[in-house]
Amino acid sequence: MKVRVLVRLKPGILDVQGAAVQRALGGLGFGDVRELRVGKLIEVEVDAPTAERARARVDEMCRRLLANTILEDYTIETDSAEHLAPPGAVR
Amino acid sequence: MRFGVVVFPGTWSDCDFHYVISEVVKQPVKYVWHRDRNLADLDCVVLPGGFSYGDYLRAGAVAGRSPVVEALPEFLAGGGLVLGSCNGFQILCEAGLLPGALMRNECLQYRCQSTSLLVENADTPFTRALRPGQVLTMPISHGEGKYHAEPETLRALRQRHQVVFRYATAAGQVTRAANPNGSAENIAGIINEEGTVLGLMPHPERAAESAIGGTDGLQIFHSLLGSLVEDGTFTKR
Repeated sequence: MKVRVLVRLKPGILDVQGAAVQRALGGLGFGDVRELRVGKLIEVEVDAPTAERARARVDEMCRRLLANTILEDYTIETDSAEHLAPPGAVR
Repeated sequence: MRFGVVVFPGTWSDCDFHYVISEVVKQPVKYVWHRDRNLADLDCVVLPGGFSYGDYLRAGAVAGRSPVVEALPEFLAGGGLVLGSCNGFQILCEAGLLPGALMRNECLQYRCQSTSLLVENADTPFTRALRPGQVLTMPISHGEGKYHAEPETLRALRQRHQVVFRYATAAGQVTRAANPNGSAENIAGIINEEGTVLGLMPHPERAAESAIGGTDGLQIFHSLLGSLVEDGTFTKR
C-alpha cells in the first residue's frame, strides 16, 4: 500500500526557508507570491491489508519519528482513499 | 567520575570531549557506540555535537531513537547525568528527554562564533561551580539552534528555573542583538525537571584551554566533579 505523508511547519511558526525561497522568486520577477512555505513529502510503501490499517501504521510512524509534533503538522494520504475523502477529512 | 562520550555516525565533537575529559579534566572516559545500551559503568553520558545521521529528516531525529538514547531513561533513574551539546541538545529534545525543539536559525546562516552566556540557574550538578548572573564565553557552531517551545512550555521552564543559559551581551544583558539564532527568550541551554539532563547549543569542550580561546567551558566539568563529591552521589552509585 502506497502512502504519502505531507509534513508541514505548523501555522504561525516562522518558516525562514520559505521566506528565503519567496525572496528568490521575487528576484526572478515573481513578485506576486503572497506567501510560500516549504514542507516535506514522505512516500511510504507499507505492507497492510487495508488502506485503514496502512493509515494507522503510518500515523504511528509520524508520531514516533516522521514528524516532530512540537513544530510540525502532518497529513496522510493513501492511494485508495484520497479521491474519496473530502478535503480536510485527512489529518 | 566516569564519562562516556557517545559516537553516532556523523558526530564530530566526540574527540574534543574525549580529549578535554581525559587530558584537561583528567577523568576516566570512554567512547560509547550508538548501538550500545550498556551504560552501567558510567556516571555521566555526553552527547556531543555534529551531524548524526547527516541531520536526515530533522537534526537529531534518527539519533534520538537510537539504542543508546533509548537506554538513557534507565541510566538516569540509576543516578546518572546526561550532558548534550549542540547536536546532543537536538537529540535530547527529539528523544523527549528535554522539552521543546531546535529549528533552523532565524538568520538562515550557519553561525560559528563566540557567544556570551548568562548563567541563570547555578543550582544544578552542571553549573554549581558558577553563580547566577555570571557571564561565560563559549563558541557556538550550528545552523539549527533556534530553540522553540509552546508558550505554556516556556512559562513552565521559567517557573521551574529550567533555563540554565541565555544568550546575552558581554555585560549580561539579554537582548535581541545578542541572540545569534532567534531562540525563544534567548534560550541557549535548559535542564530537565529532575536536574539530571542538560542540553545546550554552545560547545563547552571548545572552551577548555586558554590556548584556544578561554576556559569557561571547563566550569561545567568542574561543577560535575564537585557535585559528585559533595552530595555523595559518587558513593551512592
